[in-house]
Amino acid sequence: MNAAVQALKEPPTKVSVRSLDFYYGADRSLKNISLPLRANKVTAFIGPSGCGKSTLLRVLNRMYDLYPGQRAEGEVLLDGENILDPAIDLNALRSRVGMIFQKPTPFPMSIYENIAFGIRLYEKLSRADMDARVEGALRGAALWDEVKDKLQTSGLGLSGGQQQRLCIARSVAVQPEVILFDEPCSALDPISTAKVEELIDELTHRYTIAIVTHNMQQAVRISDYTAFMYLGELVEFGETDDVFNKPKEKRTLDYITGRFG
Amino acid sequence: MSLYASRRSANSIATTLCWVAAIFGLAWLFVILGVLLYEGVRGLSPAVFSEMTPPPGSAGGLLNAIAGSLVMTAIGVAVGTPLGMLAGTYMAEYGRHTKLTMVVRFINDILLSAPSIVVGLFVYTILVHPMGHFSAISGAVALALLVVPVVVRTTEDMLLLVPGSMREAATALGAPRAHVVGKVAYRAAKAGLITGVLLAVARVSGETAPLLFTALNNQFWSTDLAAPMASLPVVIFQFALSPYKDWQQLAWTGALLITVAVLALSIAARALSAGRRKSK
Repeated sequence: MNAAVQALKEPPTKVSVRSLDFYYGADRSLKNISLPLRANKVTAFIGPSGCGKSTLLRVLNRMYDLYPGQRAEGEVLLDGENILDPAIDLNALRSRVGMIFQKPTPFPMSIYENIAFGIRLYEKLSRADMDARVEGALRGAALWDEVKDKLQTSGLGLSGGQQQRLCIARSVAVQPEVILFDEPCSALDPISTAKVEELIDELTHRYTIAIVTHNMQQAVRISDYTAFMYLGELVEFGETDDVFNKPKEKRTLDYITGRFG
Repeated sequence: MSLYASRRSANSIATTLCWVAAIFGLAWLFVILGVLLYEGVRGLSPAVFSEMTPPPGSAGGLLNAIAGSLVMTAIGVAVGTPLGMLAGTYMAEYGRHTKLTMVVRFINDILLSAPSIVVGLFVYTILVHPMGHFSAISGAVALALLVVPVVVRTTEDMLLLVPGSMREAATALGAPRAHVVGKVAYRAAKAGLITGVLLAVARVSGETAPLLFTALNNQFWSTDLAAPMASLPVVIFQFALSPYKDWQQLAWTGALLITVAVLALSIAARALSAGRRKSK
């Protein structure tokens, strides 16, 4: 009875990681990780450098597949479908699971083309429809007002914070279901960081979000769930309030209070 | 002498040596260019661009040689560039750490520094000898063989300079590999790739040895690819060694034309890569 009530309160699971191991060559860098990403919620991954948080993120869109010698074992279910299945269409998967990187990575083309690039991969739109989609994506990333008069200029000419929001717009434009943020604010100043955080907050209305961050205040501010990882293991996972206010594990407490890490 | 003073004097000695070495090297370059300008400009006239290479003792120009150089260089670059680009693309994008790439890179480096006369002899053996006569097309093939290693090298180098994060970002949008390479990596490396082709053009447009064994020479206007064809370097070679004053003058002028063309290409290549750096 109690468990059933608990289950009703939990939002549905979008991504379910089950007994995941990850290897760089012979190095086992993720050890038996199991956790859910709840739909339309923000899950933060915290932990010291090298603990495997970015590695875990890169499993969720199979980015590691680009590099030989890296492999994952276990299961990662996206809407019930195992994305570690070798038969899965990687390009289709990645169009459903977007990713934002630590450093902004605008393509060497105009602001407009940066956004249109991803859309053109999967849709043939008329000029007017494309214009509308580009505008919508830029508005969605709170960038439209700053760039609407220079859509045809290079995306490389924007400031770092604007470039990062351009990358978010680009990712949103292909209408993914999950967006992975790999330390998206570590190269940004506090004002740009605040804008990106606001944006992430708005994005949760439509997307499931996972974010790796070294900034614990940031994790507290924007996430609903927090996973604390250490040396490739998942030490603690729970609602952010619980993890930060009454952690079950001593290692979590030590880390969030700055006693090690 | 204090430690500081001895460092200062060592520094000024080293700086002076650097200056002397630089001036020594550059001085010869300027002497060559100066003589070339002095001798070459004297022979410049509209006839150079409108008349054929003459027999000794009569008036003429270099038109057939200029046209022949343009034709063979154009074909050589048109054939060599795609081959080189595809190979370079494979090495940088698809087989970055494979054995094949390492072998190809090694062989390519050898080709890059191979004497061009060897390439000329090679094409002589596989094309000119079986055909039974010299031809413009075998000249173009020899030039293409010289273009390939230059373009392979610059294509690979320029693509390796494109940050991996750019490829990951495109991949993360669901772009297939070919798209990531063609629409993003090429675009990011565009100025460098064009620079590579320009440098290849500059390299082959002055080549003499491979053409001597393949296209030979032609005193008359010819656009027949199956027949021998004149080219500036070969005409310069022939005319400069001749005892005739008027031929020697045309050789100087031809040398000036090639030098100016190569210089213009190099400056264009420089300007392109400078522009690229600024846009970053």
